[in-house]
Amino acid sequence: MLNPFRLWQGFLARPNDDSIKVFGVAILVAMISAIFVSTAAVALKPLQDAHLEAERAARMAQMLDTLPGMREVMEEAGVDTLETRVVELATGAFATNIDPADYDLEAATGDPEQSTAIPPDVDVAGLRRRANHAPVHLLERDGTLLLIVLPVEGTGYQSTIRAMLALEPDLNTIAALTITEQGETPGIGARVEDPAWLALWPGTQVADENGNIVISVVRGTATGPYEVDAISGATVTSNGVANMLRYWLGDHGYGPFLDRLATEGL
Amino acid sequence: MASNLRHVTTPLVQNNPVTLQILGICSALAVTTSLSTALVMSMALTVVLCLASATISLIRNHIPNVIRLIVQIIIIASLVIVIDELLQAYAFEISRQLSIFVGLIVTNCLVMGRAEAFAMRNPVWPSVLDGLGNGLGYSLVLIIVGSIRELLGAGTLLGYTILTPASQGGWFVPLGLMQLAPSAFFIIGLLIWAIRTYWVVQVETPKFRLKLQRSRG
Repeated sequence: MLNPFRLWQGFLARPNDDSIKVFGVAILVAMISAIFVSTAAVALKPLQDAHLEAERAARMAQMLDTLPGMREVMEEAGVDTLETRVVELATGAFATNIDPADYDLEAATGDPEQSTAIPPDVDVAGLRRRANHAPVHLLERDGTLLLIVLPVEGTGYQSTIRAMLALEPDLNTIAALTITEQGETPGIGARVEDPAWLALWPGTQVADENGNIVISVVRGTATGPYEVDAISGATVTSNGVANMLRYWLGDHGYGPFLDRLATEGL
Repeated sequence: MASNLRHVTTPLVQNNPVTLQILGICSALAVTTSLSTALVMSMALTVVLCLASATISLIRNHIPNVIRLIVQIIIIASLVIVIDELLQAYAFEISRQLSIFVGLIVTNCLVMGRAEAFAMRNPVWPSVLDGLGNGLGYSLVLIIVGSIRELLGAGTLLGYTILTPASQGGWFVPLGLMQLAPSAFFIIGLLIWAIRTYWVVQVETPKFRLKLQRSRG
């Protein structure tokens, strides 16, 4: 009869250079550490998510504050936050069967049933997959769109950059850009969050007269209405932001939705 | 007891991990732009150091020599991840400011150094005290450097204005250099100078000496 206690004592009594002991100790230490780490990660996830959510809301409020006159308009309309609706990206229609309060964009992006693979030739943002639906935030008055805020994500130098992009009612002029999440190199790519750089984006045009998306970041000084200065020393991150916008405003991103808004209105 | 207590007191100044052993310099530069981040980093490192020393010392007789470094790293890394998760859950703002530097406690030579030099050979209680002492010694340097940098760089301490900057009607002109990493090198250098002036024993004998060049012709 095997006695587990005896077995354990026998294991401990083995000399330290014995190969069974080496493997045993390695596996045990790895297992115990893994259990310890995953328990902490799972148990603390709700608290961390609440912080991220609060931060996202704070960024949104901050962004609204940077838009001239937006607060007054909202006060007149009697709302203190934007209305959230879920959009089906492929058709550009509002998905009325999904409650925006329950929709988790990040979870949907990771779920094969709720997401679509992005064809490599249009995947300029390096995302590989995108969710089928996205929550958009909008401000309207009497059926006229005043502001639309789209959540976007893209690949920077070493992390996924998530951002909120606010568009003017012409759906072609950037009203504001704010970064909600990034893990770029501190002091270099992380300057993507710098308010001074983000302040360069408002007023920039996305597409030219023929509807081609031409927005880009350039080294040196931006010249045209479609250009923004890159962050010096962080070209990859800057290009990542531009590619993120090119992808999400393109035909595979919010393109159909924006087209529908332009032709049919809300 | 008194002999155990020396494990806590000697690393504070005399055998300080930063100024004598020159360990953990990278994080000492990065997180000392303000006193609050320096304090949180100090606490995180001290906790990790104590726990890592305790765990490693507890199983020291059963760690095979060939894989001892890997076992130490796994234990330290797990502790650091848990601390990082705790900070993200309960001190979100500060974890934002510390960004990757909490994760980099894993690579802080101080933790590995103490595990390898002390905890592998000593019982649990002295190892914990050694971890505590070295953690506090590191903290002391971080707090000194952090206070000087925040006070001279921004005129504040823990966010409270001490010296009113000229832009707000005071007389104090913040030293921008203090907010940059090199200033931490200067301050640590001056600290080392001060300590080695007092304890002359710590001065290393130079390995090379400049030779006077003989003029030709």
